[in-house]
Amino acid sequence: MEPKKNALFVQGNHACFLGAVRAGCQFFAGYPITPSTEIAELCASEFPKMGGRFIQMEDEIAAMGAVIGASLTGLKSMTATSGPGFSLKQENIGFAIMAEVPCVIVDVQRGGPSTGLPTQSSQSDVLQARWGTHGDHEIIALAPSTIPEIYTATIRCFNLAERYRTPVILLLDEIVGHMREVLVEPPADSIEIWNRTRPTCSPAEYLPYRHTESGIPEMADFGSGYRYHVTGLCHDETGFPTNDPKKIDRHVRRLISKIGRHRDEIIEYSTRAIEDADVVLVSYGSSARSAKRALDDARAAGLKVGLFKPMTIWPFPEEALRLLANRVRNFIVCETNMGQMKLEVERIVGGKAAVHLVNTLNGEPITPQSIVDRIREVM
Amino acid sequence: MFNYNEYLRNEKLPHIWCPGCGDGTVLKAIIRAIHNLQIRKDDLVMVSGIGCSSRTPGYVDFNTLHTTHGRALAFATGVKHAKPGLKVLVVSGDGDATAIGGNHFIHAARRNIDITMILYNNYIYGMTGGQASPTTPTGSFASTAPYGNIDPNFDICALAQAAGASFVARGTAYHAPQLDRLIEKAILNRGFSLVEVMLQCPIAYGRRNRFKTANDMLKWQKEHAVSVDAAAKMTAEELEGKFLTGVLFQKERPEFTAQYEHMIERLNPHSEE
Ligand SMILES: Cc1ncc(C[n+]2csc(CCOP(=O)(O)OP(=O)(O)O)c2C)c(N)n1
Ligand code: SF4
Repeated sequence: MEPKKNALFVQGNHACFLGAVRAGCQFFAGYPITPSTEIAELCASEFPKMGGRFIQMEDEIAAMGAVIGASLTGLKSMTATSGPGFSLKQENIGFAIMAEVPCVIVDVQRGGPSTGLPTQSSQSDVLQARWGTHGDHEIIALAPSTIPEIYTATIRCFNLAERYRTPVILLLDEIVGHMREVLVEPPADSIEIWNRTRPTCSPAEYLPYRHTESGIPEMADFGSGYRYHVTGLCHDETGFPTNDPKKIDRHVRRLISKIGRHRDEIIEYSTRAIEDADVVLVSYGSSARSAKRALDDARAAGLKVGLFKPMTIWPFPEEALRLLANRVRNFIVCETNMGQMKLEVERIVGGKAAVHLVNTLNGEPITPQSIVDRIREVM
Repeated sequence: MFNYNEYLRNEKLPHIWCPGCGDGTVLKAIIRAIHNLQIRKDDLVMVSGIGCSSRTPGYVDFNTLHTTHGRALAFATGVKHAKPGLKVLVVSGDGDATAIGGNHFIHAARRNIDITMILYNNYIYGMTGGQASPTTPTGSFASTAPYGNIDPNFDICALAQAAGASFVARGTAYHAPQLDRLIEKAILNRGFSLVEVMLQCPIAYGRRNRFKTANDMLKWQKEHAVSVDAAAKMTAEELEGKFLTGVLFQKERPEFTAQYEHMIERLNPHSEE
């Protein structure tokens, strides 16, 4: 067999870097932390050759701030980190939500809490991705399972960030971040790239936080002639702080509904063999690889098993799962944490089906056999 | 008389500052300096953290960014690195810059990134009602130092110089005309420039520390500030308890974004063609 042209054999972190470049990312600020550091290193070595900009900041708080500052000038910007660093980024992720600044945050998950398991995998930041920063908010987070998926998910993170003017989280884990698979970069013209909508009105008419029909205001680059104010305080359409209860209510609701209203465009998931399934596995990230293998083994043994694999874990593909729950009696969530997504699945299923958990907490992947064993138990 | 209207967002006034507060004096000095240097408003980004002083950007007609507490320099670094053609000015309080933001402060100075920082030093946390800051003088009173502050305080200018800033100056709200010139020089310096402004917070600091009025505090500034030139002719005893004003330090050093540009050119030797 002839090897495919353009076929690369790369780590997940490398695929993430390549996806970012393809998406048009030109700015990276970060602070080294295992198992995410390869992304920073690749940006450090490649960005200056492409006219992009890299900076190693003094900590993750600073890196997140720098990313937001760069994005305000119009550059697509990203950072990459892991558990402890992800915790430090949370305050400024909240700022990016409030000020509606597009950016991508990669969290290559490792075991926690605290310094935890620096070199081993975990999926225990699922709820931190959702609720890590304070205050009511929506968030978008994607959790790919394979190297090609990481590549396309990274591009999608930038697209979603740009279209919805919001930070987007790419939730990898040490396993998918460090494993190698073949990646064939698709031709450039086959990939859709979304850019933020910039204002076309005159600077005098520009309202940086306008309540547009889509819920997403136009965004001007700093230095482009539209002088405006950006703040993390509750603000009105002009961008200036307000204490007017009506305006505050309207503003916070818009921040939340601009994501909620576009769920259909944002949410991505896949299914496998669910049509006749009695038991459905729910899994994402590296664990979905174990779940897939378990499904194949179980099917080979005649067990009717399906897989529901959210790519967008936040917002969760709620409607699709709820429909499934009308028919399926047993869900098994496979994830390497204490059941963070299981909580969400239980909420959605609402008692209509049993929800089980297969997990590991020790940095090891879930074995397909342990999933098959559980399938037999619940059937 | 100087016309500030061209630079103010008049519709955002009145400002939030208390009567007698020194913050407005600095705001006006910044505007005069920018006017004198004829910097285009579109080319200027003013970044702040959180605090009374950090409300400054809201009132001026530039690209303005009011960030999180202590983090202004981190955001500003992103702005400057991404678009080096922009002039970036950071305004920050003593707590914002040297407590929660202390790490960003020393690292921005170390990189010598072309950012001008105007640091409003009122020796207290104004916005939150008078808690001790890293510059609250030892023995002074604050709501969290009710028996007198036992902490030693930072010399911010010495800190900036030691960390690598290429321009370090100090002024006061009392000596407002001098402030214009210091800010102008700071902006003209290509690198990290600090202008520390000693100014009065009559409400959160003054009232607790036997200053009856803002005027008393201005008088204190007048009596304790010694220009570097004057200081050169004074003895150590005479300088006891005083602070120096003027340009305290200036030295050319490689600037971060320029160095990055050089690196890009080095890696892409034909990019100019
Ligand atoms: C992370 C965080 N911690 C604490 C605060 C509360 N806070 C707001 S302003 C401030 C201190 C401001 O003092 P300073 O920086 O000296 O500025 P001033 O108000 O005196 O001008 C504090 C502690 C905050 N906003 N964010
Ligand atoms: S509390 Fe102090 S610093 Fe704040 S506005 Fe009032 S006088 Fe100024």
